This record gives sequence, structure tokens and C-alpha cells, in this order.
Amino acid sequence: MAKITVKVDGTNYSDDVEPRTLLVHYLRERLGKVGTVVGCDTTNCGACTVHLDGRSVKSCTMFAVQADGHEVTTIEGLAGDGRLHPMQQAFHENHALQCGFCTPGMIMQAIDVLHDNPNPDEEQVRDGLEGNLCRCTGYQNIVKAVLSAAQGSTQGSAQGRTV
Amino acid sequence: MTATQERPGAEVGNARRRKEDQRLITGRTRFTDNITLPGMLHLAMVRSPVAHARITSIDTSAASASPGVIAVLTGRDVAERQGSLPCAWPITEDQKAPPHPAIAVDTVNFAGEVVACIIARSSAEARDAIELVDVEYDDLPVVLDLEAAAAGGDLTHPDLGTNVSATWVFDSAEMGTGGNVEDAIREARDGGVLVERKYRQQRLIPAFMEPRSTVVDPTGEQITMWSATQVPHILRLMLAMTTGIPESKLRVIAPDVGGGFGGKLQVTPEEMITLLAAQQLGKPCKYTETRSESLMAAHHGRDQVQKLTLAARRDGTVTGLKVELLADMGAYLGLVTPGVPILGAFMFNAIYKFPTYHFACTNVFTNKAWTDAYRGAGRPEATYAIERLMDELAHEVGIDPLEVREKNWIKHEEFPFTTVAGLEYDSGNYEAATAKARELFGYDELRAEQKRRRDAGDPVQLGIGISTFTEMCGLAPSRVLGSLAYGAGGWEHASIRMLATGKVEVVTGSSPHGQGHETAWSQIVADRLGVPFDDVEVLHGDTQISHKGMDTYGSRSLTVGGIAVVKAADKVIEKARTIAAHMLEASPDDLEFTGGRFGVRGTDKGVAMGEVALATFAAHDLPDGVEPSLDSDATFDPENFSFPHGTHLCAVDVDTETGESKIRSYVCVDDIGTVVNPLIVEGQVHGGLVQGIAQALFEEAVYDEAGTLVTGSFVDYLVPSAPDMPKFVTDRTETPSTTNDLGVKGVGEAGTIASTPAVVNAVVDALRPYGVDDVEMPCTPHRVWQAIQGHGQTTPPAPSSAQSVAGQEGGVA
Repeated sequence: MAKITVKVDGTNYSDDVEPRTLLVHYLRERLGKVGTVVGCDTTNCGACTVHLDGRSVKSCTMFAVQADGHEVTTIEGLAGDGRLHPMQQAFHENHALQCGFCTPGMIMQAIDVLHDNPNPDEEQVRDGLEGNLCRCTGYQNIVKAVLSAAQGSTQGSAQGRTV
Repeated sequence: MTATQERPGAEVGNARRRKEDQRLITGRTRFTDNITLPGMLHLAMVRSPVAHARITSIDTSAASASPGVIAVLTGRDVAERQGSLPCAWPITEDQKAPPHPAIAVDTVNFAGEVVACIIARSSAEARDAIELVDVEYDDLPVVLDLEAAAAGGDLTHPDLGTNVSATWVFDSAEMGTGGNVEDAIREARDGGVLVERKYRQQRLIPAFMEPRSTVVDPTGEQITMWSATQVPHILRLMLAMTTGIPESKLRVIAPDVGGGFGGKLQVTPEEMITLLAAQQLGKPCKYTETRSESLMAAHHGRDQVQKLTLAARRDGTVTGLKVELLADMGAYLGLVTPGVPILGAFMFNAIYKFPTYHFACTNVFTNKAWTDAYRGAGRPEATYAIERLMDELAHEVGIDPLEVREKNWIKHEEFPFTTVAGLEYDSGNYEAATAKARELFGYDELRAEQKRRRDAGDPVQLGIGISTFTEMCGLAPSRVLGSLAYGAGGWEHASIRMLATGKVEVVTGSSPHGQGHETAWSQIVADRLGVPFDDVEVLHGDTQISHKGMDTYGSRSLTVGGIAVVKAADKVIEKARTIAAHMLEASPDDLEFTGGRFGVRGTDKGVAMGEVALATFAAHDLPDGVEPSLDSDATFDPENFSFPHGTHLCAVDVDTETGESKIRSYVCVDDIGTVVNPLIVEGQVHGGLVQGIAQALFEEAVYDEAGTLVTGSFVDYLVPSAPDMPKFVTDRTETPSTTNDLGVKGVGEAGTIASTPAVVNAVVDALRPYGVDDVEMPCTPHRVWQAIQGHGQTTPPAPSSAQSVAGQEGGVA
């Protein structure tokens, strides 16, 4: 067992974990953060994407011990002060989800895409989402949502909505 | 009394943002794997690494002693209890089927089949013990090739004495729906045109994003099962019939379900095993598959060899179609496995007026994962075949492929039209959809560009592909299912409960897993009852709440389930009318119901639905003999299928040097009748297109010669990602269905059915100058390149060829 201290969605946790425990299993099974889901075992689908110190990581590809001393944000910690994150709002407005299983990872990755490039074109958005699979939407509305969120944030007019 | 509730005009037709989004975008989801119950145990499956073998021994002692392990179950342990997993569709009376145990007992018949189940305190401990189970196998001959298996030789199931499960035939001359196809073929051979082709429908994997997961809680009076399923009602019924547990003692819940595409239309071994384990141990049990397990052991789709003969006159008029199919069942018959290719039998004639038609399908066993429904189920295969053939015919007779279609299709004024396959198409307007698509696509301009590039010997050739498809949706009229020997009806159920506060609960037997029923049903009911959209709550997916249903598949939810909701709403209105009349001291015949309000004709007197609901709840002053309830049920059995159609046009740039095909533009104009929510419709079309395009270009389940699945992870099974896909242009024409109250037709499968042939037609069209008339799916760069080489025309555009050689010599390539 290894002792880790990690801040998840604004709360500090100290836990003993098996060194082999994946971050996603720690989040889901220990902390009950089941909003982050597991879609594959090979880091291809991206459904488990979270932020580690503000950058996207696939939480099935990290051990929990690697998050020791770091800050994790999951889909559950994104909406603050009762308002949706502009990317969540954009996904809703643009019908960028159907079954919603890939959505947590897709939203976390989409935020990261805009972090790297606040004003991407369509191709750059598609490239940025390459590691996240969706089987329902055909990606068109996801791309549209990310572009609209980018437009909103560059115009400084992105407004969340009461959850 | 006055009506005061505010609501917008018409909800149906509005691009309402979905009400189910809130929980999904904030991670407040109820996927099955998210469920944890007190004392819950975890299952892991030991799966066969070999495709066909006798199990000679299983030693579970080391696994049983492993930390955290509570029990290990083998097939022998549960042989008496597990029964045989159900197949609900025996297509012929003499259909052959092997027993289908949830845990293999004596033999394994495909790689990935469960041979034992570990039950442990944690999921990690259960998985740790998998490799401690020692199974000895005595190898049997592995049957993999569909055509070889059909011809005889080694047997998948020696006890059956054959690899053939059943043969099903439809002949238009016998059925009286048309003439004799052999006459047409004979005539075509003598001065007409005969197009003879063999197409391969590769094996696909549905690859829903949420891996399958099941939780069973055996504590309490009823056994409760949560499962990632499309079919909670069918699952409950089948579990009861298989295990002998009274149906009333089983409750099945489909909570949030992460996609299905037919892949979760099943009664799975894993569901059965979780149930058996929970019953045996008296504790809640959970099983969640890994992705590799999902790809290996959840049912696959397609996998057919299609032998096709199209007879036509020299002017391009089709005189007959003969279809001879081999369909790969895999190792077992799942819930509707044998019927999937039969659904296609009615669609090979598509939108055309063929005078003769013959269809024969032979279902064949092989040592691979069993196949079953996958988005479109039978109809994509049929549509692919005929739309590829129409392009081949056009090429053969030297007329434009759009013209050859128009020459043969059912004209708008000819509806309703009874087809050579015996279906009555109620409505359609192929002219309108095609004209619109043609314009959006810039068909003539692209043809001109294609000619220029062909003439110039461009190494990147432009191909234009067409698919004018139709499909049968709204599965299904029960009498039709009966005539096809399916084990159940095709109705759907709905209930509407009027609450005292005027809020409305809609209970539907449809079971959404991404389709947006909560939003769409709310729109329908808001309009029908005249209540605000937000006042409608849609409940589903729990057999204790929605006690009756046939669930979601076959683009049936709106055309059958949605109509049941309408019928239930109409009954609510009629009950309310009697009470409203009493409240208003008027005759029911003098009331008109508009905008959620009963008004007395010619006066300003009226009462709102919500007020009637409250008065009914109070029940202080109801007319004599009227029960204090507005709640209503309806079970709707459709009279006919619905027939969405559309014209899909695809432009592909094919690099003749690398074999890469890149979609440059894709335009589709679909006619799905009346649209309840255009936003949801467009989303369904986009997603459908990508799955169909993926069949054309990317996806294939591949087995090696030992019967091991090579494409057992997302590294190898190529589900497309965002950069692989183009931006689609989607539009609609609207020709309402005439056989249901809303004029709706269904949209869930349209994109998948239509897009595959559009893309492959485009690829082949690009390669026509190279003498290519087919590329097997998926049209990978390798296959495209080989097709070019195979026709002995390796270097038609000399300059580019020289460049590539120079590049290689220079070590740049």
C-alpha cells in the first residue's frame, strides 16, 4: 500500500492505495467519482479523461500514486457556483451528445484543446479530439460545440447557466 | 374558471435542447457500472482462448484459494440451472440450433466463450484469479470460412450433422407478388444485360461506448437486475422463461445505457451468469466487461456473402433480381440471429419496381462469436447490394447512375405501391429528395470535374457515389412478425398519468439509450395535452415502472412507441372531457379542446387540463359513474411498417498511388416524414452516417487461422475518430407516413443503411478508368491499391507514376 494525498474537485483526500491502482479506479471506486467512466483498456477511447493540474490525462493510463501531490478535476468538478462550464453549456446547446458515455472525457479533452489553442479551426478541433471516441454523434455536433465554446470565450461572452 | 398556463405554440418540430443532457454533461449518471450495493461481490470471466475444443478438465482449486475469492463457478456447477440462452426467431420449422449454455459445459465453440466465473470481494481480486483457473482443452477442427462451412467439411457442431442452420426462400412467382426471375434472367442473357456479382459483407462489431455491465440484487422479495441493455422487458421475459423464475419475481432496470446499436439487443451469457451467481450466494453481484471482452464476446454483426444476379434490358430497365445469401451465424443463435438476414429479404428491391424477385438465404454456423442485430440489421446488407448493382448496371448500359435509378424507381404518384417483395409502401417522393440532394451536392459540376481529372490523368481520382435508399422501420406489425415465425409481437405500450398538480408522467415501453426519448415524448405530449414541455416527465426502462414494453431497436421507438403515447394522451383527453363538461355544466359535445383548455363553443367559458386533473384528484364532484382518474394506457400495434427514404451523394478523392480514399463531400437528403425534433434527427443521421462509412472504409472483425479475434482492442478495431470524418451536409424533404397519427417514419438506422454503398460506389467510380468494378469492404488503402494493380493497369497516369518511383529511389518515400 502507498499513501497518497490528492486534491480532487476541490477536496483534499489522503488514502492508502495499492501501487497498481489506476487513477480512474481510485476516482470511481474509492472516491465515488463515477461521473468519470471507463470505455476501453488500451487508452484509445478517452472516456476516462480528467484534468491533472489543469491538463488533460487519460485516467486509465495513470496510477493513482502518480497523482500524489497533484490536483485532479473531473467532469463532476467542472460546474462551479451552480453554473455550467461554458463547454458543458456548448455541448448541451449544440446537441453534442447522445448516449453521453463518452461525454465526460470528451468535454474534458475539448477544454484542453482550447487551452492549447483558444481559437482553433475545424480541422484543429478534430485533430485535438482524435484520442476520444464517440459512437453516437458522428462528431459533427461535438466539433460545432467546441468551435462555439471557443467563439464564446474569445468574445468573453461565454455564460454558464444555472445547473 | 380560466386557462392560464403559458406554453409555446407547437412543440413538435421544435429543435428543443434535450432534457436528458443535464445529468450527462455533469457526470451525474446512472450507468450500470456506477452502481454499488452493500456487500456487493464482483465477477470476472474465464474465457476460452481456443475456438473449438472439448473441455477435458477444469481445476479451480488455486483460484478458489486466491485472496478475496468467494466462489468459482464452472459450467458443470450450473449445468442444471442455466438452461439454454434463448433464440426468439426460428425462421423455419426445421431450423437447427445447438444448445447455448451461459457457461460452456463440455465444449467451447468460439474463442472468448465463458468457461468459468470467478466471484470475489473486489473486481481486481476476481481478475487476479482468472489465470489461476487451469482448463485443459482437447482441440477440435476449427470452422471459420463461411463458404467452406456451407459446403460441408468440418463441423462447428458435430452433433447437428451439418453447418447449415436453415434455408429461407422468398420467390415472387410463388408468392404471387411478381413473375419468375429465371425467365427474366434467360431473357437478359439473350440480348439484355445481366449483372452478376458476389459481394462480401464483412463482420462488424457494434462497439457501443459503454461496455456491458450487469448488477443483480437477489435480496428482497424480487430479484432486481440492472443491465446495460436495450431491451429490459424482453430480458425479463426471457430470463423468466429460461430459468423458471416467475416473471413477477424479476425486476429488470435499464438505467443510463451508453449506446447499443443492436449490440445490446440480447440476452447475454454474462447477464445469466450474474443472475446465477447472485442467486447462489445471496449477495448482490456485479459484472462489467473489459473492452477486449466486449469486442470478443458481445455479439457481432453483418457477415454475409451475397451472390447477386440482376437482369435488365439494354435501356437500363430492371427485369429481375436474384439474391443468394450465405449468412454467418457464428457459433450460436442469439436472440434474433437467424432473422437478421431475413429482414433484408424485403429490402433488396429497395425503391424500385422490379417485376421479378427471388431471395434465398442459408444460415451457417462457424466457430466465431455469434452474430445478431447491428444498426440496420439486414437492411444495410440489402441496400448495399442493390445500390452497388444499380451503379454497375448504369456502367454496363452507359447511362448516368442517377438516371438508371430514376428509370426504375416508384414514381411519386404511384404510391401506395405494393412491391415485388410483398410490402406496401405508403408514401415517398424519391424525385424531390434526389433533386434537392443533386443541387446541394453540385452533381453536374462534380461530374465535369471528374471528367477533367480523368482526362488529365490526375493521380488522385474523383469518384462520385450514389445511394437512393429506403428501409422498413417501425418494427413491426405483429401479424407480420407472426407470419415470419418471430416469437413475439411488435406493439408498444404507453401510459399517461395526470398528477393532481397538473404535471404529467408519461410511461413508455420504449427503452432509450441515447435517442432522446425523454425530450421527444415530452414534445409530443406537451402538444397533445396542451401542457408546458417542462411539466412532462418521461419514465422508462424499469419493468416495475414501465410494466409492459417491447423496447428499442429497428427504428421503432417513435413510429410505434411514440404513437402509443399519442393514443394514451387521446384517451386522457376523452376522460377529461366528460369531467370538464360536468365542471362547466355543458354537454361534452359542446366542448372543444385546444391549447390545453376545454372551452364551451361560442362562450368564453373554459377549464384547463390542470384544473380538470385537480378536480379529478379531489373527486368531490364528478359525474355519476365516472371514476376519479384521467390516467390512461394504450398499446399500439402498427398496421404497416414505415418507409423512410433518401438520396445520399458522396464525393471521394482516391489517391491511386497510395490507395487512400478521402471523403471530400457528403450530402444527404432524407425523408423521414414528420419531424418531432430536428436537432435529434440530425444527430441520429450524423451518427448513422459515420457507422455506415466506417463499414465502407475502416471496420472489420478479423480472425486468424486459429479462430482468435485479431481485432480484439480499439488499437486494431478501427472505430473512426473525429479527424477521420468529413463535415456532412444534411437536409430533408417531408413526405408524411400515411399509416400513423403523427406521419413519422423513423430515423435511427437511415444514415447507416444509406451511407455504406454511397461511399463504396464513389471509390469504385473513381477507379473505373482502371478497370476496377469492385473493392471489398473495408476499402482500405491496401485493398484499393491492390484493386488497381489487380486489373493490370498499374501506371495509367505516367507522370505521377514516374514521380513516385523517383521518390522511392531518393529514399524520400
